[in-house]
Amino acid sequence: MIYLDYNATAPADPEVIEAMKPYFNELYANPSSIHTPGQKAKQAVEHSRAILAQFLNTRVDEVYFTSGGTEADNLAIKGLAFSRNKRKKIIYSSIEHHAVMNTCKYMAKFGYEVIAVPVDKYGVVDLDFIRDKIDDNTLIVSIMHANNEVGTIEPIKEIAQIAHKYGAVFHTDAVQTVGKLRIDFKESGIDMLSLSGHKFYGPKGVGALIVKKGLRFDPLLHGGHQEKNHRAGTENVPGIVGLAKACELAQKEFPQEEKRLRQLRDKLWREIDSRIPEIQLNGHPETMLANTLNISVKYVEGESLILNLNAAGIYASTGSACSSGSLEPSYVLLAMGIPAEVAHSSLRFSLGRWTGQEDIDKVIEVLPGIVEKLRAMSPLYKK
Amino acid sequence: MEYSEKVMEHFMNPKNVGEIKDADGVGTCGNPVCGDLMTFYIKIEPKTDDLNAARIVDIRFKTFGCAAAIAVASMASEMVKGKTLMDVKNLSRNEVAEELDGLPPVKMHCSNLGVQAIQEAVKDYLKKLGRDDLADQIRGCLESKESE
Repeated sequence: MIYLDYNATAPADPEVIEAMKPYFNELYANPSSIHTPGQKAKQAVEHSRAILAQFLNTRVDEVYFTSGGTEADNLAIKGLAFSRNKRKKIIYSSIEHHAVMNTCKYMAKFGYEVIAVPVDKYGVVDLDFIRDKIDDNTLIVSIMHANNEVGTIEPIKEIAQIAHKYGAVFHTDAVQTVGKLRIDFKESGIDMLSLSGHKFYGPKGVGALIVKKGLRFDPLLHGGHQEKNHRAGTENVPGIVGLAKACELAQKEFPQEEKRLRQLRDKLWREIDSRIPEIQLNGHPETMLANTLNISVKYVEGESLILNLNAAGIYASTGSACSSGSLEPSYVLLAMGIPAEVAHSSLRFSLGRWTGQEDIDKVIEVLPGIVEKLRAMSPLYKK
Repeated sequence: MEYSEKVMEHFMNPKNVGEIKDADGVGTCGNPVCGDLMTFYIKIEPKTDDLNAARIVDIRFKTFGCAAAIAVASMASEMVKGKTLMDVKNLSRNEVAEELDGLPPVKMHCSNLGVQAIQEAVKDYLKKLGRDDLADQIRGCLESKESE
């Protein structure tokens, strides 16, 4: 099996699973309990918080554990909006993950003006557009750190500066970058940052929102006093411990792993580009996640590519409509100005910790034949 | 995977792929912008305008589309081979989907597209015979054109 869909999710690292194990049935007590086992569980949560803080260079009291990236995004945007803030404008990018995009759109129901920032053909947000639309009424600017589909990395430092000039909060969905890129929260100018465990070899069902000290936000879930009254519900202790372990492992592999993945990814692109005519790269040629390769194989539909690769034991993804159940292909690719028929032809390979040279070689060997077969039956392809 | 084994079988090894250079009728439905496009080529014998006598003796297709679209085109081409034009006129998308042991609801439009594109080829044949009146009674891909 050749798994090349790490941007969708990654397997938990065996070390992560080992670290989590005791917290299911040995150190299972509730961290809110005052007895000794309870306090041990509490210590595990707080130790994990300290690891995250160190990993991202934040204060310990700036880390709020959540059930994942989606909750963290919701908590950032809704939590801020619901905390008696008078500002009524929300700015986000047209290529945000649905967790941010649909949360922002939802806020229109509560009288917020929501504005989607366009991107250029590489998927980089239009800074001048933000400068033009932002004002003293802007509550939050939410722009992802890197895009999950094409891997383009956004100029978040500059965006933070623009936001701060107007007293707006800058939130970034860093689900695709935490664990892949070094992030220095203090130095970056980010006010709120969302992360998710399962994208970097931690468990599913756990994530965090980092919130700059002093920034007020309301909880989404009301109940007990967990997470300093900002996220009620008994802590997911095994998940939190696993998330912290994932951070430690990521810390250790900086920056060699990024370099290794970049070499593999670049080879994959170079080789298939030389073997298959009329394919194009979607995304930024340089400012791009090292593990992501999004291409369009013209005249061939993405789902057909995916299922043929699947039959060869290679697991990738597509931005074709067929994968989404609607007639519209990837909104990210469309926002980049890529024609719909080319977006239907997109194919995403995302590499990770267990991707080896032989996996890439196999794709290089198999893909040209699949493309040839599908093009031979495509009415759009004229040799 | 939400596809039936039959869909996967026709998708991986589609029947009747290709073109017919001297086709008696050619029909195309769909739009690459929507992710699906199908073209059918048919040969008819005997070359009559009697819908109950004229039969499809050869059929080839080309498809740009998802697994369902390719499987539908393959299955539909098998189903109409040797059939009269009246049979093609009366063919429904549900029959093709049923032969494939069902399609996911969101893929039913692919089944529609396959049937319509073959009907479009029949219309093309009838028009070439000067029987636009008969051609107009066959559905073809009007629906998808309107929705574009």
